[in-house]
Amino acid sequence: MTTASARRARRTPRTLRAAGAGVAVLLALSACSSSDDSDSAGSSPSASGGSEKLSGTVTVFAAASLKESFTTLGKEFEKAHPGTKVTFNFGGSDSLAASITGGAPADVFASASPKTMKIVTDAKDNATEPVTFVRNQLEIATLPGNPDKITSLKDLTKSGLKVVLCDKEVPCGAAAQKALDASGLKLTPVSYEQDVKSALTKVELKEADAAVVYKTDVNAAGDKVEGVDFPESADAVNDYPIALLKDAPNADAAEAFIALVQSPEGQKVLTGAGFLQP
Amino acid sequence: MTSPHDKPAAVADTLTGGPRRGRPRNRVGRGVPLPLLLPALLGLAFLVLPLVALLVRTPWGTLSDQLTSPEVWQALRLSLVCATAATAVSLVLGVPLAWLLARVEFPGRGLVRALVTLPLVLPPVVGGVALLMALGRNGVVGKWLDAWFGITLPFTTAGVVVAEAFVAMPFLVISVEGTLRAADPRYEEAATTLGASRFTAFRRVTLPLIAPGVAAGAVLAWARALGEFGATITFAGNFPGRTQTMPLAVYLALQSDPEAAIALSLVLLAVSIAVLAGLRDRWTTAS
Repeated sequence: MTTASARRARRTPRTLRAAGAGVAVLLALSACSSSDDSDSAGSSPSASGGSEKLSGTVTVFAAASLKESFTTLGKEFEKAHPGTKVTFNFGGSDSLAASITGGAPADVFASASPKTMKIVTDAKDNATEPVTFVRNQLEIATLPGNPDKITSLKDLTKSGLKVVLCDKEVPCGAAAQKALDASGLKLTPVSYEQDVKSALTKVELKEADAAVVYKTDVNAAGDKVEGVDFPESADAVNDYPIALLKDAPNADAAEAFIALVQSPEGQKVLTGAGFLQP
Repeated sequence: MTSPHDKPAAVADTLTGGPRRGRPRNRVGRGVPLPLLLPALLGLAFLVLPLVALLVRTPWGTLSDQLTSPEVWQALRLSLVCATAATAVSLVLGVPLAWLLARVEFPGRGLVRALVTLPLVLPPVVGGVALLMALGRNGVVGKWLDAWFGITLPFTTAGVVVAEAFVAMPFLVISVEGTLRAADPRYEEAATTLGASRFTAFRRVTLPLIAPGVAAGAVLAWARALGEFGATITFAGNFPGRTQTMPLAVYLALQSDPEAAIALSLVLLAVSIAVLAGLRDRWTTAS
């Protein structure tokens, strides 16, 4: 397409201008499609006529750290309730909360900290009281084989070591800061990443030597990174609250999904991923 | 026979909406058909409304507090410095590239042109990932940069410039190439028959001839670099004072303090408008 329009553009200035306009339209389209992937078009609660039969799409906004376990739970939910579909929007809890208060159509919000959940409850965008469904602990992620011999939080302050942290605005960054403060350490990272997954990715790609992320993320990354426990992480355990949202397009199915997350089988999936029970 | 005074201005005029001389112009209400006027006004409203909304929602009362924080100036300064550096890189590499595409016949030119314009349609985050794969510490080329020279680009200000240049340079190249193809090559040929080398002809004849197109392209590239977000946060990360440009600061502020994000957006908007408006006349009169 680009080749074709470029070739046409060689002939006359007028088609050059047309091609320019085409490029502008393409730019606009690509910009909006990337931010609008949480579309809940299929959520028509047509079969909610009294019976327990659930249908339609459940849209779940969940913290990036829940990605693996919630994806598994979503598949289990779809299997248990044929005709339903669970779609996820994983991201930094704060930006998810901001899109919910901004009016994004969602049924469930699972956040990585009470503070971000409070943004939603303060705006009265929740339909049920948030409940803590899991807790998460920090861990240091290092390169496979731990070539820099990192054994403690203090080792991260060594000079020449490239460490990434989450931004202080997102829960994993706030937790990391809390752990650092508790141990009286001062750490200058090379970057404050916008969510826990991008912090971990920088280590997976070997661009950074270490990152302070959640234990669950280290588990999920398999052997691409190595996890190092540190005692100060006990001072910065994060509670994960979940709530049904006001104006949920598919409230019945959403409630059933929240129930699954809290059920023993749901908890088994979550603890299997490294989460702690509340 | 082409009219050399009109064509080079075409690109700049398209970009700026500047007036075309010597053409009859319609006045609103007299000659403008409704089927054109209505969508035109709707289009205008669509583009301007979000900017107006930003002004409406700006916390004017606390604005001065929001804007006097050192972080804001740090981010703004970094944004301006990096966008300017990225434009300089684009000029040094992009003008010769545009000349090559416009003046030299070589096999696969269409493909090369498509590749050059690819970053225009590529999502910037994809650009950032590609840059990491190429120039990251563990990247295809970056590995050797690190091993031989000890240079690593990610997480550095230079990394921001690289990311911005990658996204902004195509704007300069297509603008300059369009101007070059519209410019009459016979002036260059005349110069070479009079004994000038091809490079001298380019420097002394072609470059002054296409100056408005280069200026237009440079400003476009600068504005694009200033607004660059995806490739920057992916490739260069986010560290205040080193890699945190204004768009990154806006994004992260939005997560905890929407008012601060609005205030920061306003600054970026003001700077962009000032530059685009300030340079408009220069392009259009230069031709």
